[in-house]
Amino acid sequence: MSGTLLFNALREAIDEEMARDSHVCVMGEDVGQYGGSYKVTKGLFEKYGELRVLDTPIAENSFTGMAVGAAMTGLRPIVEGMNMGFLLLAFNQISNNMGMLRYTSGGNYKIPTVVRGPGGVGRQLGAEHSQRLEAYFHAVPGIKIVACSTPTNAKGLMKAAIRDDNPVLFFEHVLLYNLSEELPKGDYVCSLDQADLVKEGKDVTILTYSRMRHHCLKALETLESNGVDVELIDLISLKPFDMDTIARSIRKTHRVVIVEECMKTGGIGAELIALITEQCFDDLDARPVRLSSQDIPTPYNGKLENLTIIQPHQIVDVVNRIVQKGI
Amino acid sequence: MTTALNQSEHAERLSSLVSAMPAEIDREIGLDLFRDMTLGRRFEDKCAEMYYRGKMFGFVHLYNGQEAVSTGVICAMKRKHDWFCSTYRDHVHALSAGVPAREVMSELFGKETGCSKGRGGSMHLFSQEHHLLGGYAFIGEGIPVALGAAFSSRYKRDALGDERSDAVTAAFFGDGTCNNGQFFECLNMAQLWKLPIIFVVENNKWAIGMAHDRATSDPEIWRKASAFGMAGEEVDGMDVLAVRGATLRALERARSGEGPTLIECLTYRYRGHSLADPDELREAEEKEFWAKKDPLKKLEKDLTDKKLASQDELRKIEKEIDLEVQDSVEFAIEANEPDQDELTKYIWADD
Repeated sequence: MSGTLLFNALREAIDEEMARDSHVCVMGEDVGQYGGSYKVTKGLFEKYGELRVLDTPIAENSFTGMAVGAAMTGLRPIVEGMNMGFLLLAFNQISNNMGMLRYTSGGNYKIPTVVRGPGGVGRQLGAEHSQRLEAYFHAVPGIKIVACSTPTNAKGLMKAAIRDDNPVLFFEHVLLYNLSEELPKGDYVCSLDQADLVKEGKDVTILTYSRMRHHCLKALETLESNGVDVELIDLISLKPFDMDTIARSIRKTHRVVIVEECMKTGGIGAELIALITEQCFDDLDARPVRLSSQDIPTPYNGKLENLTIIQPHQIVDVVNRIVQKGI
Repeated sequence: MTTALNQSEHAERLSSLVSAMPAEIDREIGLDLFRDMTLGRRFEDKCAEMYYRGKMFGFVHLYNGQEAVSTGVICAMKRKHDWFCSTYRDHVHALSAGVPAREVMSELFGKETGCSKGRGGSMHLFSQEHHLLGGYAFIGEGIPVALGAAFSSRYKRDALGDERSDAVTAAFFGDGTCNNGQFFECLNMAQLWKLPIIFVVENNKWAIGMAHDRATSDPEIWRKASAFGMAGEEVDGMDVLAVRGATLRALERARSGEGPTLIECLTYRYRGHSLADPDELREAEEKEFWAKKDPLKKLEKDLTDKKLASQDELRKIEKEIDLEVQDSVEFAIEANEPDQDELTKYIWADD
């Protein structure tokens, strides 16, 4: 096996960008000597030194704000949220300063920062460590939000995020770090705002992101054997959405199902449905459907946890119904 | 606990301050300081006038009484080289940093010629050209940003090998902020990494309506530095030469790699928290005490006692400043509003 694990793909991306541009630096809890809680920055402390890979005290709002100030004065910091949920403590700096400051300052400053780390529901990590902050941050103006889902797009998106002059919230998924894949050779960079057309199809469009991409792929195995031809789109960019790709697909399939891990209320799917209704209403032959997590704190118990998030069989059921009966 | 008692405690602190080596100045510096403080005072008086005449809106927090702090700190630093980080009470810091009065006034008028292109307003003044990191409207949130600028200085020197990178950052904030987590978190990190930053507390005793000693367990803020092994100093914030002296000492420490300093300036704001504040809690006796300590009068006395300037010269400077402030108003009135087609400009970096 010559494949690269997803966390190593992220590390390669950061390593390559740090080598390419000496203003790129990493800061966060245990990113240095410890190598990151998921080993995304392993070895970089030894290679680049303690200033470029800065171990910070546990002070999320302050070190995130420090990244803003560093970015305003010429650096390109990558902030690791040891768990993205911890960044609730940095909400003010991410919203007021990372997101809004460029506008509020009338274009005086750029804030080239990446905030990255593991999000999503893991295996029985309890409610606080199982959050999907992408929905909470969605309304903040001035930040881009992306979610990686494969080692290849993890690498290409991370490099793009580091090179982007805007603040980027970069969501990894705690259960995808050990996915393995052969990576493209050379300086591989993805577009930050482009959705990934995972599989072409004609019967129904599924829009998904992050770990749910893999649940959808599992569901597709069953659906294909039932003769349902699904078009699967990984959104990649959660803000802004790649509405061109989404609209093109809906014009073809006339049906859309959204599969997401965030909660239903105020979720990514909620905003997507609103946009689809506004922009693609006449192309739809059935009402859009979203499959989301329950609106509850993620329970610890494994069975309850599985009931909280969407499972592949639920995707199969809903897609079958929408294709057969146009529910 | 009565307000009168609080008043006397705060005043006692000021009267019992050991005079901590005020800065020596020559005539040129003395006149510069007077000019800067006068600009701060007259600019703010004009803002009050314009606010009440309906020319500016929103929350407007004036700096009257605290001029010795802005001038004492910023004029001791290198403009367009060192970095400055302010709060919602930021007009005078911007002026001291060198942002032209026209740009500040027209920002307050919401005009395109404002330093934040009319998008920021009173509490969000920014100027990259003048190294003003910004006015930050929420308590404490500017301190981490200032810390980041100080980190950049050290990074450029020690990680990138740029020996010329010796910029120091001054972070201004008030007594109320010193009960906020970002204050403590950033003091810790600054001292831990020996960052070139000066934490300047403008202790004006009141966080809106919350008296300082009703909000904090130890009112002597400068002593909190010692919890982090940091140098701390309390100064008479109504005496620009005392503030300048403390700043020069802090600058020396910062530029020589010894790290941060916490300076607590005992000062007072002559107006309410903002122009919307009815200012009902502060006693007349307290206000009178501080009015007698007017920082402009203090500097004037120092300059004339030392024969560095005559009263006539100072009156002449005041007239020049009045013309400059009047010019900023006329400029702001004439200036264009932002183009309505550019409502969404500046959201993204390439706009």
